[in-house]
Amino acid sequence: MTVKTPIYLDYAATCPVDPRVLDAMIPCFTDNYGNAASRTHVFGWRSEEAVEAARIEIARTVNADPKEITFTSGATESNNLAIKGIAEYLAEKGRHIITVVTEHKAVLDACKHLERKGYDVTYLPVNTDGLVTVEQVAEAIRPDTILVSIMFANNETGVVQPIAEIGKLCHERKVMFHTDAVQAFGKMPIDVQEMSIDLMSISAHKIYGPKGVGALYVRRRRPRVRLSPQIHGGGHERGNRSGTLNVPGIVGFGEAARLARESMKEESARIFGIREHLRKRFIAEIPHSIVNGTLESHLPGTLNISFAYVEGESLLMGLKDIAVSSGSACTSASLEPSYVLRAMGLNDELAHSSLRITIGRQTTLEEVDYVADRVKEQVERLREMSPLWEMVQDGIDLDSIQWTPH
Amino acid sequence: MAYSTKVIDHYENPRNVGSLDKGDDTVGTGIVGAPACGDVMKLQIRVENGVIQDAKFKTYGCGSAIASSSLVTEWVKGMHIDDAVKIQNSQIAEELSLPPVKIHCSVLAEDAIKAAIKDYQDKHGAAAGENADDTPAAV
Ligand SMILES: Cc1ncc(COP(=O)(O)O)c(C=O)c1O
Repeated sequence: MTVKTPIYLDYAATCPVDPRVLDAMIPCFTDNYGNAASRTHVFGWRSEEAVEAARIEIARTVNADPKEITFTSGATESNNLAIKGIAEYLAEKGRHIITVVTEHKAVLDACKHLERKGYDVTYLPVNTDGLVTVEQVAEAIRPDTILVSIMFANNETGVVQPIAEIGKLCHERKVMFHTDAVQAFGKMPIDVQEMSIDLMSISAHKIYGPKGVGALYVRRRRPRVRLSPQIHGGGHERGNRSGTLNVPGIVGFGEAARLARESMKEESARIFGIREHLRKRFIAEIPHSIVNGTLESHLPGTLNISFAYVEGESLLMGLKDIAVSSGSACTSASLEPSYVLRAMGLNDELAHSSLRITIGRQTTLEEVDYVADRVKEQVERLREMSPLWEMVQDGIDLDSIQWTPH
Repeated sequence: MAYSTKVIDHYENPRNVGSLDKGDDTVGTGIVGAPACGDVMKLQIRVENGVIQDAKFKTYGCGSAIASSSLVTEWVKGMHIDDAVKIQNSQIAEELSLPPVKIHCSVLAEDAIKAAIKDYQDKHGAAAGENADDTPAAV
């Protein structure tokens, strides 16, 4: 059986827009183009109605009230608004924030920014599974702690943190709890009430919606969360975020959320089945394959795996008709291997050797079988070329060698 | 990232992959780099009368690192070690059209051939060793 190439397996980076989402968006460009803030005519009313319908769909997906959804330009902005907005609003109360070393850069860099402004940030380490524990958070909370920001699911590994436990702790200790739920939203059940989440960042383009639109969930009751806006202007979105609403984007986001919610059960089961098929083939057919991050608490569609003694970028080069990403330094601008994998205690060599494969709505079993065949073939070829593989075959312990780092 | 056609060619059809007997007196072995940095090159040469008869490599690293080492093995075959030791990383980078972020791959390949020559010379005592009647390379 032949499969159509190139094959896209990088759904954690972004997704195609679902055709049903696109259908919902198109009228907003051409016919219902009114400004949702225009109160004086039907064009404005229609746009406002469409925005509110989308808000309801998104709120329903996470058991929130529609009034608790603030639209943004994406999760990078949502993370910035949550962290800087809380820090600024609660500056008199305290200036300590707790987060985790494996967070997305949008969280880490917002925290770094606050450190330069005189805030104190605790970066909790993760264990080899990629997890933080509620005990670690409990120990880190101080009288001046104002915010805990811990991601729901990691974008590189798919590891899911114990969000409900951490949320409960934060509520007991009266500390705000923010979670970056970009990777989990629409893929697994999220209930902001049960999980005691105060602020939550989500993004449309990871759930088959358009790029450039996201939202921040901001709790309104028990406790009422207030934050300082980071973008000032016309007072849109209850003053949390000014700027003319991106009506087509928001409508697409709403439709994407509805589709994700309605198909979540079957879709995640199907995607999980494909992921497991691929994972089992790798483990059975490629010796020295190591899955990174615990699979006990994990997203259904993400697989992060290292093929020891093969460098990730060279492997990607041999898989040119397959779109996946790598934790190898050579694929990043920084020339450092993945900080997420290193934080989990992976040695640099295994971090350089990692691939992240994410399965999505369009992925078929035939595609992942093709991928498994190709990866196996390339890993074997590159290992034949690898001096490390040769040494290991000769029984040499690589850690015993005096390398010459450059 | 876009690779040059020469890098792709060496990556897809690497020349002289393999190993020579490390213990053999006529063989010089250079191993440079570190797994933690994402690249390790092993380059070996077989030398007779100061001339490199055979060269083999194995490389763990990105496509540009593989191509740099493959290219060097091609170049040094038939070369006198006094000439091979003069290969500059800039020549490798130019031949393969390496972008600035990949220059370190060519540096590693230069280091690897120098290390292999040094290993061979160490096995034979003095640097000039068996080439006593050759004019030593200018420094
Ligand atoms: C965990 C996580 N947080 C935040 C973002 C940023 O989202 P956006 O692209 O909507 O700015 C991403 C996606 O790149 C992500 O994976």
